[in-house]
Order: sequence, then C-alpha cells, then structure tokens
Amino acid sequence: MSEPLLRVENLRVELPSRRGTLTAIDDVSFTIAPGEVLGVVGESGAGKSLTGAAIIGLLEPPLRVAGGRISLAGRRIDNLPNEAIRRIRGREIAAIFQDPLASLNPLYTVGRQLVETIGTHLDLSPTAARERAFSLLREVGIAGAEERFNHYPHQFSGGMRQRIVIALAIAAHPRLIIADEPTTALDVSIQAQIIGLLKRLCRDHGTAIMLITHDMGVIAETAQRVAVMYAGRIVEIGAVREVISNSRHPYTRGLMDSIPRIGGRRERLHQIEGSMPWLGEIPPGCPFNPRCPEAFDRCRHQRPDLLALAATKAACWLYDKAQAPVQGLVDG
Amino acid sequence: MADAEPLLKVEDLRRHFDVSPPALERLLQRKRRVTLKAVDGISFTIGRGETFALVGESGCGKSTVARLIVGLYRPTTGRIVFDGQELARLKRRKSAAPLRRRLQMIFQDPYASLNPRWRVRRIIAEPLRTHGLIANRAALSERIAELLVQVRLSSADGEKFPHEFSGGQRQRISIARALASNPDFLVCDEPTSALDVSVQAQILNLMKDLQRQFGLTYLFISHNLAVIYQMADRVAVMYLGRLVEIATAEQLFAVPRHPYTRLLLETIPTIETTGRRREPVAGEVPNPIDPPPGCSFHPRCPFATSRCRRERPELTDAGGALVACHAVEEGRLPAAQGSWGAG
Repeated sequence: MSEPLLRVENLRVELPSRRGTLTAIDDVSFTIAPGEVLGVVGESGAGKSLTGAAIIGLLEPPLRVAGGRISLAGRRIDNLPNEAIRRIRGREIAAIFQDPLASLNPLYTVGRQLVETIGTHLDLSPTAARERAFSLLREVGIAGAEERFNHYPHQFSGGMRQRIVIALAIAAHPRLIIADEPTTALDVSIQAQIIGLLKRLCRDHGTAIMLITHDMGVIAETAQRVAVMYAGRIVEIGAVREVISNSRHPYTRGLMDSIPRIGGRRERLHQIEGSMPWLGEIPPGCPFNPRCPEAFDRCRHQRPDLLALAATKAACWLYDKAQAPVQGLVDG
Repeated sequence: MADAEPLLKVEDLRRHFDVSPPALERLLQRKRRVTLKAVDGISFTIGRGETFALVGESGCGKSTVARLIVGLYRPTTGRIVFDGQELARLKRRKSAAPLRRRLQMIFQDPYASLNPRWRVRRIIAEPLRTHGLIANRAALSERIAELLVQVRLSSADGEKFPHEFSGGQRQRISIARALASNPDFLVCDEPTSALDVSVQAQILNLMKDLQRQFGLTYLFISHNLAVIYQMADRVAVMYLGRLVEIATAEQLFAVPRHPYTRLLLETIPTIETTGRRREPVAGEVPNPIDPPPGCSFHPRCPFATSRCRRERPELTDAGGALVACHAVEEGRLPAAQGSWGAG
C-alpha cells in the first residue's frame, strides 16, 4: 500500500473522573490510504465516535488524548496548538455528523453558510466563492441550486440537509472526511442516495473517508476495510469481505450472526449474552472475556494485541499459535 | 388467514390532524384550513397469536396507527374492533378498561418511556394498580418478581432506578410493564430501533419466547425490513397514510409486488452486498400535507401512467397478496428480479 494519508498509532484517550482516570480509547492503531473508505463499527460506547473526535481535535474536555500519535500525510497533528488544528479542521479534515440540523445554523441561508465556509478556507473573490457554492450544491445533487441557495435549513428535508452538510464538508477539498453515523437519521431510500454520494466523492476526488456507524450493512456497501471496536479497543481489522464472512474474533462473529438477514432462517437470532462493559468496569485481560464462549484462562489475565492473521488482524488469544490451548480451538 | 374471528379488525380507519394556521391569520391573510391525513383509510385484520408487521418510512403514519389502536388518539372515522367489541364506542373509562387491560404497548425509546424518578418495581406495578389486579402487597411483590424474571432480569432489579440499566435492559423493563396486566395483544412501535444489534437480537428473541409462552398477538411496527423478516407472519407496507401492500412475510420477501415495496427491498444495505452499487432511487417521500393526486407513489414510480396520476388505486387481490397498484392490476409490471431469497 502507498503512504497512508492518516496514521493513528497507539492512541489513548482518557477521561479523568472522581473515581480515578478511565481509559476510553485504549491503544488504538490504524491507517487510512488516500481515497479509501475505512469503516469503524461497534456498539454504542465502544469508542468509535471518540476516535473520530480525537483525530479532528474535537474531544470535549475533560476527555483528553493521553498517548499515541496521529499524523496526517506524514505530519503529526495531535500535539498542535488550537489555532493550528483549527486551520486543518475543515481545510484538510472535514466532519459530517448524524444530525444535519445540528451542523447547520438555522438563522443563515445555506448559501451564506457555504460562502462563509469557502471564504474561511480558500482565497477566492466573493463572486468566485458564490460560483463555487453553486457548483457544490449541484455536486451533492440539490436541484435548482441558484434558488435553493437562498433557502434556510428548515426549508429542506432531512436527506437534503445532509447533502448540504456534505457540501459544506467538501467545500475546501479536504483530504479526509470523518463521517459519524451520516445516514443513521435517514430513511433507507434516502440513505442509499447519501451513500452513493459519499462513494462518488471518494472516486472523483480521492477523498478518504472514516465512516463511523453501527450499521454493518452500510459498511459492507461502502467501505473497503473495516475496524471493529469493543470497549475502546480495535478487536479486529481487515478487508470488509473477510471480516464479514470470515470473522476471526469471537465478538465479530457474534455480532455478524446477531444481525437479522432477509433470506436467512426465520428462527431465533444468535445472541451474545450480556452487554458491553461500562468504562469503569472493563475487565482485565481481553475486554470481551466474560461474554466470550471460547474464553480460557489466559484471556482473563493477559491482554491480547492485534495479531496478523491470513487476511485480517484480530486481538484474540485463540490465534496465538505458540500458546493456544487445545481445548479452546476444539470448542471453536 | 383462517376463518376464525380475528383478534383485531381495523376498518377504513382515518385520523386527520388539523394543522391550520391560527384563526386570525387565516382571516387576515386568507389562508385556508390545512388537514394532515396521517392515516387515510386503512383496513386490516390480525389473527390470534399472529405477528402482523407494519413497515414504512418516517412520516408514513405507522406510529399514528399504533396510537389509534391503543387509544392514545381517537379515530376521525373508521372502526377498530378488538375481540368483537368496538374500541372507539367505549366512551367511558370504566367500560373501556377491561379491554384496555388486554391491549398494551411497547415504545421505541426505552429512555423516554420509563419515569426516571420511579423505582422499577413501581413502574411495573402501575398497570396492576390501575386495573386493580392485585389484592395485597405480598402478592404484588411476588408478581413483580415474576415479571422481572420473565424478561430475564433479576427480581432484585425492582429496587433500582431506570438510569441504572442499559438500553436493552430498559426495554426489558418496558416489556415487563406491558406484560403486567396479562394482555393478549401488544403494539410494539419500533421496539429495537434505539438498540445496538447484539442487544436487538436479545430483545427480538425474548419477544418470540414470550409470544410462544403467553400466546401473544403482536402488531410490530418497524422501518427495518430485516427485523420484520425475522418476526412477522404477515406484513403491511404503508406509504403516506395508506396501505399499498399486504402479504404473508414469505410472499412479500420472495415476490414483492408493489413498486414501493420493491424500492424498499432494493435500497436496504445488507452485509451480503459488499461494494454493490445500488440502484439510485430518485425522489423523496412527498409532504403528507399535500400528497400527490392519484396514487401517492406515482412521482417516484418508474411504472406510473396517466391513470396513476389521476386515479387512486385500491387494495385488490393479486395472487394471494393485497396490492394497491394500477400497474399490478393491469399486469404491466415486470417480474421482480427475485434476489431476496425466502422462497
């Protein structure tokens, strides 16, 4: 693979609390190549949104990056002063969130918001900025761009608002878009349109996307690689097809099996017993061990790191050949 | 459907909301009254022990149907007949109570539907008290403990407050509350939409187990077709306040007939479709305040003709399923590219 656009190494995010410091993101590493869509999937509280927020420097205090490094195109960005990270945000890394209304100012027309965003990042004349705004609206598929330019956010439907948020995000040709549940609030038919739009952006402009969602279907359709997060860690990462149909980590397998599918057997769904631990109660060893049907002694004491397997990487002692217990493999 | 008397019968049900501007504004600015036809003439029956699903996009009126059936709204016109008795006729609380006891609801948001200041035991006891079902305190605690265990919580959880539970556990508490009065019919409005998939699987399995155990009948409302595939015996597809197709789950997923049903099935992202390019579906759901004339789906429909733009189709029998579509009726709809399995 060519030089990655984004490189996250051993990222650690902490949350100081009265009961001591909690670790929200624990030793997370991954890369995203130019033009690539990396899916990040996990249940609520797994740390996927926090990882995105840490990259664009939008962690809300008292959350803080406590370790590791984040570099964009070879340049370290996690230790920059506020002013410098603000210049990168929007210009080089843009963000799209779940609720488009929260990203738009209800008091300004969408045209004004677009022109303002363009003016902040690009050195264009007012006329040129206006022209660029029209072309952005057309690019994200808003019909009648000249007329819609003067409308306020409430005059648009949910799907159209999300298109405007995307237009704002791509205004300055960012190299990376962090899309946090961009289609979750939308109906399926509109969801398909937005996914199509994001994929086209990657293809046409070589924009890389970190697609954070709990919806494995959206990831399967959009991403090339996927990282599965659990309790603040990446438990498995690899090519989407591999992770879905040949999952190695017991959590990933359980997760895939619990997704209802059309065409499958209409019987009981597979269920993972229990629920993901709260930050303060992450067990020692592998965080999944209390719920894992294949856990053995080592899982309860020693934390597994990502092991390179044939096509994916998984953080699971089952695959550590040197010390794999016979029983565990037979059960699996 | 068997000949047996259905448990629930809905006939030409309508619920219109007046969303007009205020009277003075109407007078001064010559604005007209505006009516939102949230539910606009729908009919269906649900048999005993059956799971009947209602699917549609946001704003199609499916939650209004749920609220009409449990009595949170009164119908504008139409009838809701539950076990032979017409619900809207029962004007007085007293006469309605015995039926209401048998008809309960589970809401989408387990965070909003439980009183945060009440202990779980009080939340679950509320329907028991309302319907005067429990004689003394000892029997009450026993019943609460029994209900908690039935939804796979522990009987000690009754002493806790809702915030001490996760989303999935809270939904279990809502289910326990719904079961408290021994109902035979549960209206489930998006019961797992706010939950993570692994928790969703737990709740769906629990609902299936409880259905078997107590012979429950479900009206299951969801926008998620895969969940409906898992749960439903029969499915009704709703679009802008009307039903466009009613079929058994096997039929609907194997041979979807209405173009809108096909659109829904085509657009869901599934984990089998890595990198697939979905058919771009143009258009959005129109504003329900001003729905298009004729078939309300015609602006998005690739098979629309002038008749569709003029004349509203009614549900008619099409090979075992009920479909409201002129193209299906005239036999000019191409066969679906049967890639949905199930048959």
